[in-house]
Amino acid sequence: MTAVAASVPAVTRPTRVRRRWASVLWLLPPLVVVLGFFCYPLALVLRQSFVTRSGEVSLAVWQQVVTSPEFTAALGRTVLLSLGATAGCVLLGTFLALVLAFAPFPGARVVSRIVDAVLAFPSFLIALAFTFLYGSAGVLNAALGGQGGGPVDFLYGPWGVLLAEVTFYTPFVMRPVLAAFAQVPSAQLDVAASLGARPALVLWRVALPEAWPALASGACLTLLLTMNEFGIVLFVGAKDVITLPMLVHTKGIVTFDYPAACVVAVVNVLLSVALYAAHRWVFRVLGAGRSGEGRRGAVPNPA
Amino acid sequence: MSAPAVELRGVSVHFGRTVALRELDLTVGRGEALALLGPSGSGKSTALKAVAGFVRPHTGRVLLSGEDVTDLPPHRRGLGVVVQNYALFPHMRVADNVAFGLRARRMPRRQVEERVSEVLSMVGMADYRRRFPRELSGGQQQRVAIARALAIRPPVLLLDEPLSALDAALREEMLAELLRLRGELPDTALVYVTHDQGEALALADRIAVMRDARLVEVGPTDQLYHRPRTEFTASFLGAANLLPVEVVAAPGDGPATVRLAGAEFRAEPTGGPVAAGARAALGVRPHRVEVRTDGGMPARLLAVQWRGTGFRLDLELDGGTPLRAEVSSVDGLPPVGARVGVSIPDGCPLVTTGAGG
Repeated sequence: MTAVAASVPAVTRPTRVRRRWASVLWLLPPLVVVLGFFCYPLALVLRQSFVTRSGEVSLAVWQQVVTSPEFTAALGRTVLLSLGATAGCVLLGTFLALVLAFAPFPGARVVSRIVDAVLAFPSFLIALAFTFLYGSAGVLNAALGGQGGGPVDFLYGPWGVLLAEVTFYTPFVMRPVLAAFAQVPSAQLDVAASLGARPALVLWRVALPEAWPALASGACLTLLLTMNEFGIVLFVGAKDVITLPMLVHTKGIVTFDYPAACVVAVVNVLLSVALYAAHRWVFRVLGAGRSGEGRRGAVPNPA
Repeated sequence: MSAPAVELRGVSVHFGRTVALRELDLTVGRGEALALLGPSGSGKSTALKAVAGFVRPHTGRVLLSGEDVTDLPPHRRGLGVVVQNYALFPHMRVADNVAFGLRARRMPRRQVEERVSEVLSMVGMADYRRRFPRELSGGQQQRVAIARALAIRPPVLLLDEPLSALDAALREEMLAELLRLRGELPDTALVYVTHDQGEALALADRIAVMRDARLVEVGPTDQLYHRPRTEFTASFLGAANLLPVEVVAAPGDGPATVRLAGAEFRAEPTGGPVAAGARAALGVRPHRVEVRTDGGMPARLLAVQWRGTGFRLDLELDGGTPLRAEVSSVDGLPPVGARVGVSIPDGCPLVTTGAGG
């Protein structure tokens, strides 16, 4: 042992310093990118939110914006819409995943691919398509008008935005849940049925619990994305549907109230970060629960 | 006389254009253990799935205790099923896994608790009820799977290669456990799918040998082992040498005289009557072949393999017929490549060439 140690040349201090500098150099480019293109603009927005139009640094803008009915309405509407859209996506996405995974029909693969394709579209495209379909001069109203029916006018309100968001974001839930269902061994479903469980009970007690982590992850992601959704709200053109991103747009671009826009943007970012943290926490807790880590009383596999 | 526990009448199963099971007729009596034995793709698991209701027969009927259940879904058949990879529900603790079938039947909570404790004790897993499947070894998981199937007190227990995923030592242990359980459940019929002849011989009252989606032969275990009717059964069950022989004399219902490499033997025509002059196959178990340095039929020793408890010898008779022998010792035998003498006892089964595969 001593001989071996003696034969290995000791790492000299200059070598260690060189290695440390080399690692710093490797770290530098991504650090510059992150700081320059992400942190610095955010810091500017944060700083700007504390600067009044007259150039004073104070909490006045924050106080003014946060206590305004416009902001609280936008915050409430954003939270409600994103929660509603997430609930809709969870229900529809889980249902579609169940059908595609356990009740395959001719063309199921095509349907699955089409749903995948929606993931590649920009969100405003859905809003645009909805305008053509359900808008004042859309296909539906034209058809109803031809039959002497009254116009359908839900698109330019919260329901229109909700429907468009559910349509666009459902694949974000369906895809991971479908992948989770594919991992459930068919033998488990067969054995559950042989034990006397009806198909609904098999799905509820055997298949769905296997998909909880995927479902929770998809739901958190959808909540995060719908909370920041801008394209759909803008393109639907619902006048009364002012969400936080829309309020940022209105304050910053329409009324040129840049400090107020920054305050709303900072709140939006904080909400998103909090949601992301919740998403990570849920994923870690569920993941740990399934792998046995962190569970009280868990013992190592004796095999 | 009561109806058999399981009856398959002309059951065929198709998967698209593939025929997975072809017109299977089979019965399993109450309390009887039947092994479905065959190589991969022989249709044995498909037959079990047809009984369980996991696959719908293309033709034929499935009867349980005399009742036609062909059109009934699995949850209305009341059978216990144990599969190769255990199929325990990973998100449920052991007790919840075992209670699953009872809760599906809406059994009162108190009775569920009692029944779960009872079956877990039966399989020696009472101390593990709070654990999750991932916290158990393979053997323990299989015990839980068996307990879960037994909890609903099924009249028929279907086991689909239950020991295949276990290592050799655990397999032996679980086989002994299954034998013990059989003793405790004398009224429960057992259908045991396996490709391992040892498991089938140890556990079953009768064996159904399957090949290429067909039933080759069915009969009591010892009869199938000692008096196989087909070449396939003789080779698959006991790994018999199938030696091509010429029938010299066949008196009818008695032993026949056959000739192999110039020597004559008496053989039992187990595969039906044979005629003098016909070609047939003599089924000789490797452990019944005697190898000497001289005398007997001349052969060449090709290879020797040590198998721990004995030796396996690969031989070639004069004329090129391969022959496998199992001996406990090779003391006194010449080296590989040398010529030896081989003796085959009288009374080996004689099957018609090509019968049943």
